Amino acid sequence: MSVEEDRESELGVVAPHYFEFGSQNDGLTLDSGQILGPVRICYESYGTLNADASNAILLLHAFSGDAHAAGYHSSDDRHPGWWHSMVGPGRPFDTDRYFIICSNVLGGCQGSTGPGSVNPETGDRYGLGFPVITIHDMVKAQVRLMDHLGIQKLLAVAGGSMGGMQALEWASRYSSRVHGAIVLASTSRLSAQGIAFNAVGRNAIMSDPRFRDGRYYEGESPTRGLAIARMVGHITYLSDESMRMKFGRRLQDRDSMDFSFADQFEVESYLEYKGGTFVDRFDANSYIYLSKAIDYFDMETTHGSLENAFATTSSKFLILSFSSDWLYPPYQSREIVRALMRKQKDVSYCEISSPYGHDSFLLETERQAPMIQAFLSTLTQDHALDGTP
Amino acid sequence: MIPENRPHVAYDEIIKLVEPQSTVLDLGCGDGELLQRLWQERGCRGRGVEIDEGHIRTCIGKGISVFQGDLDQGLADHETHAYEYVILNQTLQMVHRPDRLLREMIRVGRNVIIGFPNFGYYLNRLQLLFRGRMPVTGTLPYQWYETPNIHLCTLRDFRNLCADLNIHVKTEAASHKGKPISPVAANLFATEVCFLLVDSLKSI
Repeated sequence: MSVEEDRESELGVVAPHYFEFGSQNDGLTLDSGQILGPVRICYESYGTLNADASNAILLLHAFSGDAHAAGYHSSDDRHPGWWHSMVGPGRPFDTDRYFIICSNVLGGCQGSTGPGSVNPETGDRYGLGFPVITIHDMVKAQVRLMDHLGIQKLLAVAGGSMGGMQALEWASRYSSRVHGAIVLASTSRLSAQGIAFNAVGRNAIMSDPRFRDGRYYEGESPTRGLAIARMVGHITYLSDESMRMKFGRRLQDRDSMDFSFADQFEVESYLEYKGGTFVDRFDANSYIYLSKAIDYFDMETTHGSLENAFATTSSKFLILSFSSDWLYPPYQSREIVRALMRKQKDVSYCEISSPYGHDSFLLETERQAPMIQAFLSTLTQDHALDGTP
Repeated sequence: MIPENRPHVAYDEIIKLVEPQSTVLDLGCGDGELLQRLWQERGCRGRGVEIDEGHIRTCIGKGISVFQGDLDQGLADHETHAYEYVILNQTLQMVHRPDRLLREMIRVGRNVIIGFPNFGYYLNRLQLLFRGRMPVTGTLPYQWYETPNIHLCTLRDFRNLCADLNIHVKTEAASHKGKPISPVAANLFATEVCFLLVDSLKSI
């Protein structure tokens, strides 16, 4: 299908919106105790909010995602939003039925306030002077956005990976405002292995001579360090099997090895390419802040136990994991499900067998779509029955 | 592990055994029909365990909580005494170790309901005796090489297993194609049996 044809059945050209708050003593109180303001949140929305504001679904993006979940930004834009295959008319996040919102996280670099923003007190960019933020802080900013949009209760929140962490926070702390939480390829706390890979990424960035303690905005940015960080990230998103299927040991642009260091396997050039394109759209400081927020996320420690975290939740849960995901392995999803079951909560769980590693949640549309669709339709029915928005 | 056309027998039988408003875990819940009826007819809050993705999708669509799990791996994901009833319908004969699963069910549920086809049914015996071949019947519709039923047992076998495992039989309901059969003749004439079990120690 060509882009033009594809666009026929799609949302077409969409545009980001901005919401600002926190300039008049209403700043965001962060988990660190600091108060941040003003705060700008970039968001996109698709579909129409109904009269009683009961059909809103908040999509929560992963580490490197943004507010642009679906559609195109211009008529010659060739790259649709990050969850394009799941959002649109007739798709699981059906814009004919639901009002879909997606916002860039606090601390990000794609429209929302983050370390690359200007600190109004100094007139300079925050850089590493930006306060440390947590997953909960990101959710607090989203709560403000929902207030602004007049949405008291979301029909659902949905996200994968870091987005799933936010969905868990929503359901744990703001369950009166969330009917259902869809948590894909996520965890209630990142494994030591996950923290280790994030640490390598941060080290690559900070070792780049251009990094200069995060004060690089006026000059050249630490693109090499950031690209290496992204390469490491991409390795963790794939799996042995998906790399074998995608690249094998094939060489790039040559038939045999000539025993020089210029030899490039396909997998090498893939990582180079991914690292290279990433630096054009991502800020190194945001990489540090967001990866740290993921590392800090630990619902067990924060709440004493996972059961405590969900003791009072009234949300329903759909939790999906993927068999080959070794970054957010299925056992971590099952731990969440077990805690919810112990608390007699409404939870459904499926481990989807897939070879694509952590990336599965973005690729296995056909497998996860019917479950998400079914889950959302029961939430809508519940709403019709109990009548509480 | 669970075939698409597993017979939907004994639902009425099972529903009669379940106290209203109780909590239920249905192992191998398939498309969730039993849990849905238990909710509608008994007001029971239930959860299903199922291995098949398609069935899981159907359950989710019916608003049923469903957990993907393989019964052959036990019930480690479920707490002791987490449910008032644990149900296993037409699936006991398909698991690798029915004895281990039975013990796990007794741990997780205060009551256990098990329904299975009775291999001691006289037509099965006759097929084996006169034709010298593995029985193929309405309740056991598979050829030997394709059957998911790897641990078939007779009603008497099952009673013996319960005795060996110190499991107390509270109720035993035998039927022939839906019609009740007296316990005395059940091992010979029942096509289906349904047991309500509790831990012997708990029943004292």
